[in-house]
Amino acid sequence: MRFPVVKVFLALLFTMIFGASVLTGSRAMAQAAPQAGAQGTGTSQTDRIAALEKQAADNAAAIAAAQTAGDNGWMLVSAALVLMMSGPGLALFYGGLVRKKNILGTMMQTFAMMAVITVLWGLVTYSLAFGEGNAFIGGLHNIFLHGVGLAPDVKYAATIPLQTFMVYQLMFAIITPALITGAFAERMKFSAMLVFMVLWALFVYSPMAHMVWGKGGFLNAALGGRFPCLDFAGGTVVHVTSGVSALVTAIYLGKRLGYPKVPMPPHSVVLSFIGACLLWVGWFGFNAGSALSAGTLATSAFVATHFAAAAAALGWGAAEWFRQGKVSALGAISGAVAGLVAITPAAGFVTPMSALWIGLIAGVFCYMMVVKVKALFGYDDSLDAFGVHGAGGTMGAILTGIFANSVINPIFGAGKPTGLLEGNWHQLLNQIVGVAIAWTLSIVGTLVILFIVDKSIGLRVSEDDERTGLDLSQHGEEGYDWAH
Amino acid sequence: MQKIEAVIQPSKLDAVKDALVEIGVEGMTITEARGHGRQKGHTEFYRGQEYSVDLLPKVKLEIVVRDEMVDKAIQAIMTAARTGTIGDGKIFVSKIDEAIRIRNDERGEIAL
Repeated sequence: MRFPVVKVFLALLFTMIFGASVLTGSRAMAQAAPQAGAQGTGTSQTDRIAALEKQAADNAAAIAAAQTAGDNGWMLVSAALVLMMSGPGLALFYGGLVRKKNILGTMMQTFAMMAVITVLWGLVTYSLAFGEGNAFIGGLHNIFLHGVGLAPDVKYAATIPLQTFMVYQLMFAIITPALITGAFAERMKFSAMLVFMVLWALFVYSPMAHMVWGKGGFLNAALGGRFPCLDFAGGTVVHVTSGVSALVTAIYLGKRLGYPKVPMPPHSVVLSFIGACLLWVGWFGFNAGSALSAGTLATSAFVATHFAAAAAALGWGAAEWFRQGKVSALGAISGAVAGLVAITPAAGFVTPMSALWIGLIAGVFCYMMVVKVKALFGYDDSLDAFGVHGAGGTMGAILTGIFANSVINPIFGAGKPTGLLEGNWHQLLNQIVGVAIAWTLSIVGTLVILFIVDKSIGLRVSEDDERTGLDLSQHGEEGYDWAH
Repeated sequence: MQKIEAVIQPSKLDAVKDALVEIGVEGMTITEARGHGRQKGHTEFYRGQEYSVDLLPKVKLEIVVRDEMVDKAIQAIMTAARTGTIGDGKIFVSKIDEAIRIRNDERGEIAL
Protein backbone atom coordinates (compact mmCIF):
# COMPACT_ATOMS: atom_id res chain seq x y z
CA MET A 1 0.00 0.00 0.00
CA ARG A 2 1.48 3.36 -0.95
CA PHE A 3 1.54 6.08 1.69
CA PRO A 4 -1.18 8.59 0.65
CA VAL A 5 1.25 11.53 0.22
CA VAL A 6 -1.13 13.86 -1.58
CA LYS A 7 -3.96 13.41 0.90
CA VAL A 8 -1.68 13.99 3.90
CA PHE A 9 -0.16 17.04 2.26
CA LEU A 10 -3.54 18.58 1.51
CA ALA A 11 -4.72 17.85 5.03
CA LEU A 12 -1.67 19.55 6.54
CA LEU A 13 -2.09 22.55 4.23
CA PHE A 14 -5.74 22.90 5.20
CA THR A 15 -4.90 22.66 8.86
CA MET A 16 -2.22 25.35 8.52
CA ILE A 17 -4.50 27.78 6.69
CA PHE A 18 -7.39 27.19 9.04
CA GLY A 19 -5.16 27.55 12.05
CA ALA A 20 -3.58 30.76 10.76
CA SER A 21 -6.90 32.43 10.07
CA VAL A 22 -8.23 31.47 13.48
CA LEU A 23 -5.17 32.63 15.33
CA THR A 24 -4.64 35.97 13.48
CA GLY A 25 -8.31 36.79 13.19
CA SER A 26 -9.85 40.22 12.63
CA ARG A 27 -9.94 43.15 15.01
CA ALA A 28 -13.69 42.59 15.49
CA MET A 29 -13.21 38.95 16.38
CA ALA A 30 -10.56 39.82 18.94
CA GLN A 31 -12.84 42.38 20.60
CA ALA A 32 -15.94 40.20 20.44
CA ALA A 33 -14.05 37.40 22.22
CA PRO A 34 -11.85 39.17 24.75
CA GLN A 35 -8.82 37.19 25.85
CA ALA A 36 -8.41 36.68 29.58
CA GLY A 37 -5.12 37.09 31.37
CA ALA A 38 -1.98 39.27 31.07
CA GLN A 39 -2.31 40.37 27.36
CA GLY A 40 -4.26 43.62 27.75
CA THR A 41 -5.48 45.61 24.62
CA GLY A 42 -2.79 48.37 25.29
CA THR A 43 0.24 46.22 24.46
CA SER A 44 -1.30 44.77 21.33
CA GLN A 45 -2.03 48.33 20.03
CA THR A 46 1.62 49.39 20.37
CA ASP A 47 2.65 46.21 18.63
CA ARG A 48 0.24 46.86 15.85
CA ILE A 49 1.30 50.51 15.36
CA ALA A 50 4.91 49.35 15.18
CA ALA A 51 3.86 46.74 12.66
CA LEU A 52 2.00 49.39 10.60
CA GLU A 53 5.02 51.72 10.66
CA LYS A 54 7.23 48.91 9.47
CA GLN A 55 4.72 48.14 6.75
CA ALA A 56 4.73 51.79 5.65
CA ALA A 57 8.51 51.80 5.48
CA ASP A 58 8.50 48.54 3.52
CA ASN A 59 5.92 49.98 1.15
CA ALA A 60 7.96 53.12 0.59
CA ALA A 61 11.01 51.00 -0.23
CA ALA A 62 8.94 48.86 -2.59
CA ILE A 63 7.60 51.96 -4.37
CA ALA A 64 11.10 53.35 -4.76
CA ALA A 65 12.28 50.01 -6.09
CA ALA A 66 9.42 49.92 -8.60
CA GLN A 67 10.20 53.46 -9.73
CA THR A 68 13.86 52.57 -10.14
CA ALA A 69 13.00 49.41 -12.05
CA GLY A 70 10.94 51.40 -14.56
CA ASP A 71 13.42 54.25 -14.91
CA ASN A 72 16.52 52.07 -14.96
CA GLY A 73 15.02 49.72 -17.52
CA TRP A 74 14.29 52.61 -19.87
CA MET A 75 17.69 54.22 -19.25
CA LEU A 76 19.65 51.06 -19.99
CA VAL A 77 17.68 50.60 -23.21
CA SER A 78 18.29 54.26 -24.06
CA ALA A 79 22.02 53.84 -23.53
CA ALA A 80 21.99 50.88 -25.89
CA LEU A 81 20.00 52.88 -28.47
CA VAL A 82 22.53 55.71 -28.37
CA LEU A 83 25.39 53.27 -28.84
CA MET A 84 23.53 51.83 -31.81
CA MET A 85 23.50 55.34 -33.26
CA SER A 86 27.29 55.15 -33.43
CA GLY A 87 27.57 51.56 -34.48
CA PRO A 88 26.19 50.79 -36.94
CA GLY A 89 24.09 53.95 -37.41
CA LEU A 90 26.74 56.59 -38.02
CA ALA A 91 29.24 54.09 -39.40
CA LEU A 92 26.80 53.16 -42.15
CA PHE A 93 25.53 56.69 -42.73
CA TYR A 94 29.03 58.05 -43.23
CA GLY A 95 30.32 54.86 -44.82
CA GLY A 96 27.86 55.03 -47.67
CA LEU A 97 28.73 58.64 -48.41
CA VAL A 98 32.45 58.07 -49.09
CA ARG A 99 34.08 56.40 -52.05
CA LYS A 100 34.34 52.62 -52.09
CA LYS A 101 38.04 52.58 -51.31
CA ASN A 102 37.44 54.38 -48.00
CA ILE A 103 34.46 52.50 -46.57
CA LEU A 104 36.30 50.51 -43.92
CA GLY A 105 38.53 53.44 -43.02
CA THR A 106 35.44 55.56 -42.41
CA MET A 107 33.66 52.91 -40.36
CA MET A 108 36.80 52.25 -38.35
CA GLN A 109 36.95 55.89 -37.30
CA THR A 110 33.56 55.56 -35.61
CA PHE A 111 34.27 52.11 -34.23
CA ALA A 112 37.56 53.26 -32.77
CA MET A 113 35.63 55.87 -30.81
CA MET A 114 33.40 53.15 -29.38
CA ALA A 115 36.49 51.48 -27.99
CA VAL A 116 38.86 54.33 -27.16
CA ILE A 117 36.40 56.80 -25.67
CA THR A 118 34.92 54.06 -23.49
CA VAL A 119 38.25 53.33 -21.87
CA LEU A 120 39.11 57.01 -21.54
CA TRP A 121 35.70 57.68 -19.95
CA GLY A 122 36.21 55.00 -17.36
CA LEU A 123 39.69 56.21 -16.56
CA VAL A 124 39.29 59.98 -16.48
CA THR A 125 36.85 61.82 -18.71
CA TYR A 126 33.71 60.88 -16.75
CA SER A 127 35.29 62.54 -13.76
CA LEU A 128 36.24 65.62 -15.77
CA ALA A 129 32.73 65.93 -17.17
CA PHE A 130 30.52 64.98 -14.26
CA GLY A 131 32.70 65.03 -11.18
CA GLU A 132 32.54 67.84 -8.66
CA GLY A 133 34.89 70.62 -9.69
CA ASN A 134 34.41 74.21 -10.67
CA ALA A 135 32.11 75.97 -13.11
CA PHE A 136 34.14 74.88 -16.14
CA ILE A 137 35.54 71.44 -15.45
CA GLY A 138 35.02 68.57 -13.04
CA GLY A 139 37.71 67.29 -10.70
CA LEU A 140 39.54 64.00 -10.45
CA HIS A 141 37.52 62.54 -7.56
CA ASN A 142 35.84 60.07 -9.87
CA ILE A 143 38.80 58.86 -11.86
CA PHE A 144 38.72 55.08 -12.40
CA LEU A 145 35.00 55.53 -11.66
CA HIS A 146 35.76 55.92 -7.99
CA GLY A 147 32.49 56.58 -6.18
CA VAL A 148 30.42 55.67 -9.21
CA GLY A 149 28.42 52.80 -7.81
CA LEU A 150 24.91 51.51 -7.87
CA ALA A 151 23.38 54.10 -5.56
CA PRO A 152 21.81 57.11 -7.28
CA ASP A 153 23.32 60.57 -7.24
CA VAL A 154 20.29 62.70 -6.42
CA LYS A 155 21.67 65.78 -8.18
CA TYR A 156 21.90 63.94 -11.51
CA ALA A 157 19.17 61.30 -11.47
CA ALA A 158 17.55 60.31 -8.20
CA THR A 159 15.93 57.06 -9.30
CA ILE A 160 18.66 55.29 -11.25
CA PRO A 161 22.04 53.92 -10.23
CA LEU A 162 24.86 56.38 -10.87
CA GLN A 163 26.53 53.75 -13.02
CA THR A 164 23.54 53.79 -15.35
CA PHE A 165 23.86 57.56 -15.64
CA MET A 166 27.59 57.19 -16.26
CA VAL A 167 27.21 54.60 -19.01
CA TYR A 168 24.39 56.55 -20.64
CA GLN A 169 26.52 59.68 -20.78
CA LEU A 170 29.40 57.57 -22.13
CA MET A 171 27.40 56.82 -25.28
CA PHE A 172 27.12 60.56 -25.91
CA ALA A 173 30.84 60.97 -25.35
CA ILE A 174 31.39 58.28 -27.99
CA ILE A 175 29.21 59.64 -30.76
CA THR A 176 30.30 63.26 -30.45
CA PRO A 177 33.88 62.79 -31.69
CA ALA A 178 32.63 60.23 -34.19
CA LEU A 179 30.54 62.98 -35.80
CA ILE A 180 33.64 65.07 -36.44
CA THR A 181 35.14 62.33 -38.62
CA GLY A 182 32.69 63.34 -41.33
CA ALA A 183 34.59 66.53 -41.99
CA PHE A 184 37.99 64.98 -42.61
CA ALA A 185 36.74 61.87 -44.35
CA GLU A 186 39.04 60.14 -46.79
CA ARG A 187 42.23 61.97 -45.81
CA MET A 188 43.11 61.65 -42.11
CA LYS A 189 45.73 59.28 -40.76
CA PHE A 190 44.24 56.68 -38.40
CA SER A 191 46.98 57.19 -35.82
CA ALA A 192 46.64 60.97 -35.91
CA MET A 193 42.88 60.66 -35.60
CA LEU A 194 43.22 58.58 -32.44
CA VAL A 195 45.54 61.07 -30.79
CA PHE A 196 43.39 64.00 -31.91
CA MET A 197 40.24 62.43 -30.49
CA VAL A 198 41.75 61.62 -27.11
CA LEU A 199 42.91 65.22 -26.73
CA TRP A 200 39.57 66.52 -28.00
CA ALA A 201 37.66 64.39 -25.51
CA LEU A 202 39.82 65.70 -22.68
CA PHE A 203 39.95 69.37 -23.58
CA VAL A 204 36.79 70.16 -25.55
CA TYR A 205 34.07 67.60 -24.80
CA SER A 206 34.67 67.22 -21.07
CA PRO A 207 34.59 70.95 -20.27
CA MET A 208 31.54 71.53 -22.49
CA ALA A 209 29.65 68.60 -20.97
CA HIS A 210 30.59 69.81 -17.52
CA MET A 211 29.45 73.35 -18.17
CA VAL A 212 26.03 72.31 -19.46
CA TRP A 213 25.29 69.15 -17.48
CA GLY A 214 27.82 68.87 -14.65
CA LYS A 215 27.43 69.93 -11.02
CA GLY A 216 28.13 73.63 -10.71
CA GLY A 217 28.39 73.97 -14.47
CA PHE A 218 28.52 77.54 -15.78
CA LEU A 219 25.66 76.90 -18.23
CA ASN A 220 23.71 74.30 -16.26
CA ALA A 221 20.03 75.23 -16.31
CA ALA A 222 18.94 72.39 -14.01
CA LEU A 223 21.55 72.95 -11.32
CA GLY A 224 21.63 76.74 -11.11
CA GLY A 225 24.37 77.69 -13.56
CA ARG A 226 25.36 81.33 -13.99
CA PHE A 227 24.00 81.40 -17.57
CA PRO A 228 21.36 78.67 -17.62
CA CYS A 229 21.44 77.30 -21.15
CA LEU A 230 18.57 75.02 -22.12
CA ASP A 231 20.12 71.98 -23.72
CA PHE A 232 18.01 68.91 -23.15
CA ALA A 233 20.05 66.25 -24.89
CA GLY A 234 23.16 67.92 -26.26
CA GLY A 235 22.51 70.51 -28.96
CA THR A 236 25.51 72.51 -27.80
CA VAL A 237 27.48 69.76 -26.08
CA VAL A 238 27.29 67.29 -28.93
CA HIS A 239 26.26 68.94 -32.17
CA VAL A 240 27.67 72.45 -32.02
CA THR A 241 31.02 71.28 -30.64
CA SER A 242 31.40 68.44 -33.12
CA GLY A 243 30.08 70.45 -36.05
CA VAL A 244 32.23 73.52 -35.47
CA SER A 245 35.30 71.40 -34.68
CA ALA A 246 34.56 69.59 -37.91
CA LEU A 247 34.65 72.83 -39.89
CA VAL A 248 37.94 73.85 -38.30
CA THR A 249 39.42 70.45 -39.10
CA ALA A 250 38.18 70.50 -42.70
CA ILE A 251 39.76 73.90 -43.28
CA TYR A 252 43.03 73.05 -41.50
CA LEU A 253 43.49 69.76 -43.32
CA GLY A 254 42.55 71.19 -46.68
CA LYS A 255 40.50 69.71 -49.46
CA ARG A 256 40.66 66.20 -50.75
CA LEU A 257 42.84 65.64 -53.83
CA GLY A 258 40.82 66.66 -56.83
CA TYR A 259 38.01 68.34 -54.87
CA PRO A 260 35.80 69.88 -56.19
CA LYS A 261 36.56 69.10 -59.84
CA VAL A 262 36.79 65.32 -59.58
CA PRO A 263 33.37 63.76 -58.96
CA MET A 264 33.18 62.04 -55.58
CA PRO A 265 29.59 60.91 -55.25
CA PRO A 266 28.53 58.55 -52.44
CA HIS A 267 29.41 54.99 -53.34
CA SER A 268 26.29 53.61 -51.60
CA VAL A 269 23.30 55.73 -50.70
CA VAL A 270 21.77 52.37 -49.71
CA LEU A 271 24.15 52.05 -46.76
CA SER A 272 23.59 55.68 -45.80
CA PHE A 273 19.84 55.12 -45.90
CA ILE A 274 20.07 52.19 -43.50
CA GLY A 275 22.38 54.20 -41.25
CA ALA A 276 20.04 57.19 -41.21
CA CYS A 277 17.06 55.06 -40.21
CA LEU A 278 19.08 53.55 -37.38
CA LEU A 279 19.99 57.07 -36.33
CA TRP A 280 16.31 58.11 -36.26
CA VAL A 281 15.29 55.17 -34.10
CA GLY A 282 18.36 55.46 -31.91
CA TRP A 283 17.67 59.15 -31.37
CA PHE A 284 14.73 58.22 -29.16
CA GLY A 285 17.33 56.96 -26.71
CA PHE A 286 19.38 60.11 -27.23
CA ASN A 287 16.54 62.58 -26.62
CA ALA A 288 13.84 60.76 -24.68
CA GLY A 289 16.51 59.08 -22.57
CA SER A 290 17.78 62.49 -21.59
CA ALA A 291 14.70 62.75 -19.38
CA LEU A 292 16.71 60.36 -17.18
CA SER A 293 13.45 58.68 -16.20
CA ALA A 294 10.62 56.77 -17.82
CA GLY A 295 7.94 59.30 -16.98
CA THR A 296 5.96 61.88 -18.92
CA LEU A 297 8.98 64.04 -19.78
CA ALA A 298 10.41 61.10 -21.70
CA THR A 299 7.14 60.87 -23.61
CA SER A 300 7.30 64.57 -24.45
CA ALA A 301 10.85 64.30 -25.68
CA PHE A 302 10.08 61.14 -27.67
CA VAL A 303 7.16 62.76 -29.47
CA ALA A 304 9.00 66.02 -30.16
CA THR A 305 11.99 64.11 -31.54
CA HIS A 306 9.88 62.11 -33.95
CA PHE A 307 7.84 65.06 -35.18
CA ALA A 308 10.91 67.19 -35.80
CA ALA A 309 12.56 64.44 -37.85
CA ALA A 310 9.49 64.05 -40.02
CA ALA A 311 8.98 67.77 -40.61
CA ALA A 312 12.64 68.28 -41.42
CA ALA A 313 12.67 65.45 -43.96
CA LEU A 314 9.74 67.13 -45.66
CA GLY A 315 11.41 70.54 -45.44
CA TRP A 316 14.65 69.41 -47.05
CA GLY A 317 12.69 67.41 -49.61
CA ALA A 318 10.54 70.39 -50.51
CA ALA A 319 13.62 72.59 -50.87
CA GLU A 320 15.18 70.00 -53.18
CA TRP A 321 12.05 69.66 -55.25
CA PHE A 322 11.91 73.42 -55.62
CA ARG A 323 15.58 73.83 -56.53
CA GLN A 324 16.36 70.81 -58.66
CA GLY A 325 13.01 69.31 -59.59
CA LYS A 326 13.37 65.99 -57.76
CA VAL A 327 13.46 64.77 -54.16
CA SER A 328 16.42 62.50 -53.60
CA ALA A 329 16.71 59.68 -51.08
CA LEU A 330 19.92 61.22 -49.78
CA GLY A 331 18.13 64.53 -49.37
CA ALA A 332 15.21 63.04 -47.50
CA ILE A 333 17.41 61.18 -45.02
CA SER A 334 19.73 64.15 -44.60
CA GLY A 335 16.71 66.28 -43.84
CA ALA A 336 15.53 63.88 -41.17
CA VAL A 337 18.96 63.91 -39.53
CA ALA A 338 19.02 67.72 -39.61
CA GLY A 339 15.67 67.81 -37.83
CA LEU A 340 16.87 65.36 -35.23
CA VAL A 341 19.93 67.52 -34.61
CA ALA A 342 17.87 70.67 -34.21
CA ILE A 343 15.36 69.12 -31.82
CA THR A 344 18.13 67.70 -29.62
CA PRO A 345 18.43 70.75 -27.36
CA ALA A 346 14.69 71.37 -27.46
CA ALA A 347 13.25 67.86 -27.09
CA GLY A 348 12.14 68.01 -23.47
CA PHE A 349 11.04 71.64 -23.54
CA VAL A 350 8.66 72.03 -26.47
CA THR A 351 5.20 70.99 -27.61
CA PRO A 352 4.70 68.60 -30.51
CA MET A 353 3.53 71.43 -32.76
CA SER A 354 6.61 73.48 -31.91
CA ALA A 355 8.68 70.43 -32.76
CA LEU A 356 7.13 70.41 -36.24
CA TRP A 357 8.17 74.03 -36.71
CA ILE A 358 11.68 73.41 -35.42
CA GLY A 359 12.05 70.47 -37.78
CA LEU A 360 10.75 72.34 -40.80
CA ILE A 361 13.02 75.32 -40.20
CA ALA A 362 16.05 73.11 -39.62
CA GLY A 363 15.38 71.03 -42.71
CA VAL A 364 15.34 74.04 -45.01
CA PHE A 365 18.16 75.86 -43.18
CA CYS A 366 20.56 72.92 -43.23
CA TYR A 367 19.73 72.27 -46.88
CA MET A 368 20.84 75.81 -47.70
CA MET A 369 23.97 75.44 -45.58
CA VAL A 370 25.00 72.24 -47.34
CA VAL A 371 23.99 73.11 -50.86
CA LYS A 372 24.70 76.83 -51.11
CA VAL A 373 26.94 78.04 -48.30
CA LYS A 374 29.45 75.21 -48.60
CA ALA A 375 29.94 75.85 -52.31
CA LEU A 376 30.13 79.58 -51.64
CA PHE A 377 33.02 79.28 -49.18
CA GLY A 378 34.60 76.28 -50.85
CA TYR A 379 35.56 74.29 -47.73
CA ASP A 380 35.63 70.50 -48.09
CA ASP A 381 33.44 69.44 -45.20
CA SER A 382 33.20 66.07 -46.89
CA LEU A 383 30.16 64.61 -45.18
CA ASP A 384 28.55 67.87 -44.07
CA ALA A 385 29.33 67.52 -40.38
CA PHE A 386 29.28 71.30 -40.04
CA GLY A 387 26.35 71.85 -42.40
CA VAL A 388 24.10 69.45 -40.53
CA HIS A 389 25.45 69.23 -36.98
CA GLY A 390 27.20 72.55 -36.47
CA ALA A 391 24.60 74.67 -38.22
CA GLY A 392 21.64 72.50 -37.19
CA GLY A 393 22.77 72.42 -33.59
CA THR A 394 23.23 76.19 -33.47
CA MET A 395 19.82 76.77 -35.05
CA GLY A 396 18.25 74.27 -32.66
CA ALA A 397 19.77 75.93 -29.61
CA ILE A 398 18.41 79.31 -30.69
CA LEU A 399 14.98 77.89 -31.48
CA THR A 400 14.94 76.25 -28.05
CA GLY A 401 15.17 79.69 -26.51
CA ILE A 402 12.15 80.68 -28.56
CA PHE A 403 9.88 77.67 -28.24
CA ALA A 404 10.66 76.34 -24.74
CA ASN A 405 7.52 76.11 -22.63
CA SER A 406 7.16 75.64 -18.87
CA VAL A 407 4.00 73.60 -19.39
CA ILE A 408 6.18 70.86 -20.88
CA ASN A 409 9.08 71.33 -18.48
CA PRO A 410 8.99 73.77 -15.55
CA ILE A 411 12.77 73.88 -15.35
CA PHE A 412 12.92 77.32 -13.76
CA GLY A 413 10.08 76.57 -11.36
CA ALA A 414 6.38 75.86 -11.78
CA GLY A 415 4.69 78.50 -13.91
CA LYS A 416 7.92 80.47 -14.58
CA PRO A 417 8.09 81.37 -18.30
CA THR A 418 10.85 79.52 -20.05
CA GLY A 419 11.13 80.60 -23.67
CA LEU A 420 10.55 83.70 -25.77
CA LEU A 421 7.05 82.80 -26.92
CA GLU A 422 6.08 82.29 -23.31
CA GLY A 423 7.31 85.75 -22.43
CA ASN A 424 10.90 85.16 -21.30
CA TRP A 425 13.14 86.83 -23.89
CA HIS A 426 16.12 86.62 -21.51
CA GLN A 427 16.48 82.95 -22.26
CA LEU A 428 17.36 83.68 -25.88
CA LEU A 429 20.38 85.60 -24.61
CA ASN A 430 21.39 82.67 -22.43
CA GLN A 431 21.08 80.36 -25.41
CA ILE A 432 23.34 82.64 -27.43
CA VAL A 433 25.88 82.67 -24.59
CA GLY A 434 25.86 78.88 -24.52
CA VAL A 435 26.25 78.64 -28.28
CA ALA A 436 29.03 81.25 -28.28
CA ILE A 437 30.95 79.34 -25.61
CA ALA A 438 30.55 76.13 -27.58
CA TRP A 439 31.81 77.78 -30.76
CA THR A 440 34.76 79.43 -29.03
CA LEU A 441 35.84 76.35 -27.11
CA SER A 442 35.54 74.25 -30.24
CA ILE A 443 37.47 76.62 -32.48
CA VAL A 444 40.28 77.37 -30.06
CA GLY A 445 40.54 73.87 -28.62
CA THR A 446 40.45 72.15 -31.97
CA LEU A 447 43.00 74.49 -33.57
CA VAL A 448 45.47 73.96 -30.75
CA ILE A 449 45.03 70.19 -30.82
CA LEU A 450 45.32 70.04 -34.61
CA PHE A 451 48.51 72.06 -34.48
CA ILE A 452 50.06 69.83 -31.82
CA VAL A 453 49.17 66.58 -33.57
CA ASP A 454 50.16 67.89 -37.00
CA LYS A 455 53.57 69.06 -35.84
CA SER A 456 54.29 65.87 -33.94
CA ILE A 457 53.00 63.02 -36.11
CA GLY A 458 51.28 64.66 -39.07
CA LEU A 459 47.53 64.65 -39.65
CA ARG A 460 47.00 63.94 -43.28
CA VAL A 461 47.73 60.79 -45.24
CA SER A 462 50.26 61.00 -48.05
CA GLU A 463 49.00 61.70 -51.56
CA ASP A 464 49.71 58.11 -52.58
CA ASP A 465 47.80 56.76 -49.61
CA GLU A 466 44.90 59.08 -50.32
CA ARG A 467 44.75 57.83 -53.91
CA THR A 468 45.00 54.19 -52.84
CA GLY A 469 42.29 54.69 -50.27
CA LEU A 470 42.16 54.44 -46.48
CA ASP A 471 41.04 50.81 -46.45
CA LEU A 472 44.29 49.60 -47.93
CA SER A 473 46.67 52.30 -46.76
CA GLN A 474 45.53 52.56 -43.13
CA HIS A 475 44.08 49.14 -42.44
CA GLY A 476 45.49 46.71 -45.01
CA GLU A 477 42.02 45.64 -46.04
CA GLU A 478 39.53 46.06 -48.82
CA GLY A 479 35.93 46.72 -47.94
CA TYR A 480 34.70 45.12 -51.16
CA ASP A 481 36.64 42.26 -52.64
CA TRP A 482 35.53 41.72 -56.22
CA ALA A 483 37.78 38.74 -56.79
CA HIS A 484 35.90 36.29 -54.54
CA MET B 1 37.78 31.16 -85.84
CA GLN B 2 36.62 34.68 -85.16
CA LYS B 3 35.74 36.56 -82.06
CA ILE B 4 32.57 38.60 -81.98
CA GLU B 5 32.41 41.29 -79.30
CA ALA B 6 29.03 42.94 -78.89
CA VAL B 7 28.39 45.88 -76.58
CA ILE B 8 24.65 46.03 -76.04
CA GLN B 9 21.96 47.51 -73.82
CA PRO B 10 21.62 45.55 -70.55
CA SER B 11 17.90 45.17 -71.18
CA LYS B 12 18.62 43.23 -74.39
CA LEU B 13 20.88 40.63 -72.82
CA ASP B 14 18.27 37.92 -72.40
CA ALA B 15 17.00 38.28 -75.96
CA VAL B 16 20.50 38.14 -77.43
CA LYS B 17 21.52 35.12 -75.34
CA ASP B 18 18.40 33.22 -76.39
CA ALA B 19 18.95 34.07 -80.06
CA LEU B 20 22.55 32.83 -79.95
CA VAL B 21 21.68 29.61 -78.17
CA GLU B 22 19.01 29.04 -80.78
CA ILE B 23 21.50 29.12 -83.64
CA GLY B 24 23.85 26.75 -81.85
CA VAL B 25 26.39 29.01 -80.16
CA GLU B 26 27.23 27.19 -76.97
CA GLY B 27 29.78 29.31 -75.17
CA MET B 28 29.87 32.97 -74.32
CA THR B 29 31.47 35.34 -71.84
CA ILE B 30 29.42 38.22 -70.52
CA THR B 31 30.75 41.23 -68.66
CA GLU B 32 29.10 44.24 -67.07
CA ALA B 33 30.57 47.30 -68.68
CA ARG B 34 30.17 51.05 -68.75
CA GLY B 35 30.62 53.24 -71.74
CA HIS B 36 29.13 55.45 -74.38
CA GLY B 37 29.34 56.24 -78.07
CA ARG B 38 27.29 59.18 -79.17
CA GLN B 39 24.75 58.72 -76.39
CA LYS B 40 24.66 61.57 -73.93
CA GLY B 41 24.75 60.71 -70.25
CA HIS B 42 22.56 62.02 -67.45
CA THR B 43 22.98 64.21 -64.38
CA GLU B 44 22.78 63.01 -60.79
CA PHE B 45 22.40 65.17 -57.69
CA TYR B 46 23.96 64.38 -54.32
CA ARG B 47 23.30 67.01 -51.66
CA GLY B 48 23.05 69.71 -54.26
CA GLN B 49 26.26 68.74 -56.06
CA GLU B 50 25.63 68.05 -59.72
CA TYR B 51 27.46 65.11 -61.30
CA SER B 52 27.42 64.39 -65.04
CA VAL B 53 27.43 60.69 -65.51
CA ASP B 54 28.47 59.79 -69.04
CA LEU B 55 29.54 56.26 -68.29
CA LEU B 56 26.36 54.39 -69.02
CA PRO B 57 25.71 50.78 -67.99
CA LYS B 58 26.20 48.34 -70.86
CA VAL B 59 26.70 44.60 -71.28
CA LYS B 60 29.55 43.15 -73.32
CA LEU B 61 29.13 39.74 -74.89
CA GLU B 62 32.11 37.85 -76.26
CA ILE B 63 31.79 34.72 -78.36
CA VAL B 64 34.31 32.84 -80.49
CA VAL B 65 32.79 30.92 -83.41
CA ARG B 66 33.80 28.99 -86.54
CA ASP B 67 34.20 31.13 -89.64
CA GLU B 68 31.00 29.65 -91.19
CA MET B 69 28.96 30.75 -88.18
CA VAL B 70 30.10 34.38 -88.06
CA ASP B 71 27.45 35.89 -90.32
CA LYS B 72 24.63 33.94 -88.68
CA ALA B 73 25.81 35.00 -85.21
CA ILE B 74 26.09 38.65 -86.18
CA GLN B 75 22.61 38.57 -87.66
CA ALA B 76 21.16 36.93 -84.55
CA ILE B 77 22.73 39.56 -82.29
CA MET B 78 21.61 42.47 -84.46
CA THR B 79 18.02 41.29 -84.66
CA ALA B 80 17.74 40.66 -80.93
CA ALA B 81 19.58 43.80 -79.75
CA ARG B 82 18.28 46.47 -82.11
CA THR B 83 15.76 49.05 -80.92
CA GLY B 84 16.50 51.69 -83.53
CA THR B 85 17.54 54.38 -81.04
CA ILE B 86 20.97 55.77 -80.22
CA GLY B 87 22.63 53.54 -77.60
CA ASP B 88 21.90 50.17 -79.21
CA GLY B 89 25.60 49.37 -79.19
CA LYS B 90 28.28 48.00 -81.48
CA ILE B 91 29.69 44.71 -82.74
CA PHE B 92 33.38 44.12 -83.40
CA VAL B 93 34.84 41.13 -85.19
CA SER B 94 38.45 39.97 -84.94
CA LYS B 95 40.49 36.92 -85.92
CA ILE B 96 41.42 34.37 -83.27
CA ASP B 97 44.80 32.59 -83.51
CA GLU B 98 44.09 29.67 -81.19
CA ALA B 99 41.43 28.21 -78.91
CA ILE B 100 42.28 25.66 -76.17
CA ARG B 101 40.05 23.65 -73.84
CA ILE B 102 41.69 23.71 -70.45
CA ARG B 103 40.20 20.43 -69.24
CA ASN B 104 41.73 18.18 -71.90
CA ASP B 105 44.01 20.35 -74.03
CA GLU B 106 41.82 20.10 -77.14
CA ARG B 107 42.87 22.73 -79.65
CA GLY B 108 41.36 24.45 -82.65
CA GLU B 109 37.72 24.51 -83.69
CA ILE B 110 36.84 21.46 -81.59
CA ALA B 111 37.72 23.47 -78.52
CA LEU B 112 34.95 26.00 -79.23
